[in-house]
Amino acid sequence: MSTSTTQAPLGPPAIALAPVGTVTLKINGVERQLQIAPWTTLLDALREYLDLTGTKKGCDHGQCGACTVLVDGKRINSCLTLAVMKEGADITTIEGLGTEEKLHPLQQAFIDHDAFQCGYCTPGQICSAAALLTEGKAKTTAEIRELMSGNICRCGAYTNIVAAIEEVLNTPKA
Amino acid sequence: MSTTNYIGKPTSRVEGPAKVTGAAKYAAEYNVPDLAYGYVVSSPIAKGKITKIHADEVRAIPGVLQVFSHENVPSLAWFDRSYKDDVAPGGSPFRPLQGAEVKYSQQPVAVVIAETFELARYAASLLRIDYDVAPHDTDLETKRDDGFEPGRGKTGWVPPPKPRGNPNEALKNAVHKVEGEYIHLTQHHNPMEMFASTVEWLGDKKLKIYDKTQGAFNSQQYVTKVFGLSKDDAQVISKYTGGGFGSGLRPQYQLFMAVLASLELKRSVRVSLTRQQMFSFGHRPHTLQYVELGTNADGTLAALHHHALHETSQFEDYTENVVNWSGMLYQCDNVKLTYQLAKLDVYTPQDMRAPGAATGSFALEIAMDEMAYAAGLDPLEFRLRNYAERDQNADKPFSSKKLRECYHEGAAKFGWDKRNPEPRSMRDGNMLVGWGMGGGVWDASIQKCAAKVTLTADGHLNVLSGANDIGTGTYTIITQIAAETLGLPLEAVTFTLGDTTLPEAPLQGGSWTAASVGNAVKETCDKLGEKLLKLAQKMAGSPLKDASYEDVQFVNGQIRLNADPTQAVVIRDVLPASGEKELTVENTMMPNPASQLTHSLHAHNAVFAEVKVDPELGTVHVTRVVNAVAAGRILNPKTARSQVLGSVVWGISMAMMEETVMDHGFGRYMNHNLSEYHVPVCADIHDIEVIFVEEEDDKVNPLGIKGLGEVGLLGVAAAIANAVYHATGKRIRNLPVSIDKLL
Repeated sequence: MSTSTTQAPLGPPAIALAPVGTVTLKINGVERQLQIAPWTTLLDALREYLDLTGTKKGCDHGQCGACTVLVDGKRINSCLTLAVMKEGADITTIEGLGTEEKLHPLQQAFIDHDAFQCGYCTPGQICSAAALLTEGKAKTTAEIRELMSGNICRCGAYTNIVAAIEEVLNTPKA
Repeated sequence: MSTTNYIGKPTSRVEGPAKVTGAAKYAAEYNVPDLAYGYVVSSPIAKGKITKIHADEVRAIPGVLQVFSHENVPSLAWFDRSYKDDVAPGGSPFRPLQGAEVKYSQQPVAVVIAETFELARYAASLLRIDYDVAPHDTDLETKRDDGFEPGRGKTGWVPPPKPRGNPNEALKNAVHKVEGEYIHLTQHHNPMEMFASTVEWLGDKKLKIYDKTQGAFNSQQYVTKVFGLSKDDAQVISKYTGGGFGSGLRPQYQLFMAVLASLELKRSVRVSLTRQQMFSFGHRPHTLQYVELGTNADGTLAALHHHALHETSQFEDYTENVVNWSGMLYQCDNVKLTYQLAKLDVYTPQDMRAPGAATGSFALEIAMDEMAYAAGLDPLEFRLRNYAERDQNADKPFSSKKLRECYHEGAAKFGWDKRNPEPRSMRDGNMLVGWGMGGGVWDASIQKCAAKVTLTADGHLNVLSGANDIGTGTYTIITQIAAETLGLPLEAVTFTLGDTTLPEAPLQGGSWTAASVGNAVKETCDKLGEKLLKLAQKMAGSPLKDASYEDVQFVNGQIRLNADPTQAVVIRDVLPASGEKELTVENTMMPNPASQLTHSLHAHNAVFAEVKVDPELGTVHVTRVVNAVAAGRILNPKTARSQVLGSVVWGISMAMMEETVMDHGFGRYMNHNLSEYHVPVCADIHDIEVIFVEEEDDKVNPLGIKGLGEVGLLGVAAAIANAVYHATGKRIRNLPVSIDKLL
């Protein structure tokens, strides 16, 4: 017994391809102009057009948090927003938080507490934690766990991630 | 005093700064010039034949470079052996894009190459493909009577030992008996980094390949054989791997696609898979297990029978050691272990963290809990009464085995003595509290491995070996070993890995990387030390003149006499004095077969878990886990602890969440994304304590390392299921422990 089927697009193809245009993004304090089509996500704009590959793609569906960046201080999944929608916004990626020579306190705490293994979810975790600190909602361990639950770590470094964030949270600012 | 003793000291990851700043580059992050992008089209049917690919419609889209499918792929290697990688099971490996036949749902059937990623993705969504659909069979439950014993399995697979004693008779005569069936569905690795390959076209069929893999050499071997390339023309680089858990042991199809497209289009090409496609190549197989146990009046095991049946594909016979462990974890003279496969229209399963043992220990360790209850014994006491002093499968002594210490130290830390054995007897407010335990055993393996070390005139040591670090800590432990062996500060040592131009190292898997690369680097550094000593002895007025290598120590940047450490030569001075620019040793470490013949080499663990269950809602929280591990020498307690913490998270995940659900009507996985394939998030993970039990072992390998990647996962799921039984009185033998099974 055999039947036949066709794998086909869900709808008719677009009449014309999305035109490429200039988009200006302010990333890590620097204005960057790029030529992209409007269907380019902020995540792909960062990784494929601006060589800012610190922001990771783990699912492309807003399910894992690896692509977390800060937009006007708020943490978002950069895979769920189009780059053109963020013209004029202030975007901070992991590269803008600190450098190997001058680490952000969270970056240092992640190293000290061994809060990562493979390192792939790490930039997203750290960006997410940076926003968590400024949001001011997390006071207890349980609240940190809850408010960090948008970032999956398949290596299972959660114990150390929470310890690293707690250390920074509880260190008085100099 | 020494400041260069690093082995055994908690040490932060040397690659940490690169990872926390985003500077560490993974396979899809090498943005080489003039890059084209590939997007893979997957089959929506589970079985049948492609009758037509309407590729011309898609090729006509401006910016689309090519559509590759079986209709236009050039003639490639003919024989199966060209497609076999280092860990290929028996059978015929799947060949991407080389035939009209569809063998499983989500089989890659085409790849669209375009100028941008967005365009490739869009064009792939427009590709029309006609199929003739054939009936498929994806349900293991229908294959209970069709199991077969596999022939030659893959590397590392050991057929179950022959039955010992008289298990049937002993079971018949046992005072207490339990039997049960234990089931888990398919599970998928889901490392956070999706599989990707960036192939840089260097002209004239010369490629530089950045691949997500657990073994750069395995990927290289595959592409050179399949595409007829020389090794010089196919350099494979894998500096950072965003998680593996076994998924990267075999070269995956994006590598084939990217190399194919690069060679055909004479361009650099990147192919990345989607999260959905991460469910299309290898998984922990859906497994049905049956365990039967019987005890004597004194609580010793009278008989043990463990049977397993799991799925494999129609084209390869994937094997893993599921039942063998049950013949060696406890003392029992009447044992029958059997193992079968059944063929389904799915892709071939693949090693997934603690393959076989995670599966087998889940069944055995729940059965042991049931047996303890039936015999009226505390589960810990029951295990101690049946402690195996000798490996009865192999009839050999263990090179070392500190499982008893794991039981005692773990139980003490957990507070096991305060446990009321009665189910539903312990409460925290309204919540039912349950305490359960489990454990396991895993091979301490070692593989042949090469390394090269170079000391430069300024006192810097470069250590090279083409190993991988999938997050396990390889970069750091090898740096520690090299620095300590030659008495140099950590900062003076650079370890380079993940490149096929380096000396060959084995795949990162089987928990053998620390032992293999570690001992290879130690041995190579010792050889360099011997050469360095000879040069130091030629220095004017050298205090080391008559010393042999055994008479000196390499400490604090000096070579000094054991007998009188004030008599020393500064290592940085040796090469300048000798006039040499650098000193290099390249060496291949061969595992010592003698200890493998005379002894059973294994790591062990004991796990104690606490759950709190809401009696009305059936929700389960795993509130506390203590995992005590005996795995030989611990090189770096900091990264080692993380390995075991991660294993516990995996165990919680296996117990409570993971299952890839097949819709047998379509022969297709229905929850192939991270929203519906559940893994723990931060809020799911509570207190976890890791204990490393002291275990010296001078037989297993020179450094006394047993490996840590898998052992920590063993028995975790069982300990949790046992805790759930203790809390609720409900025995769940079918993972995951979901609410519907408890209410």
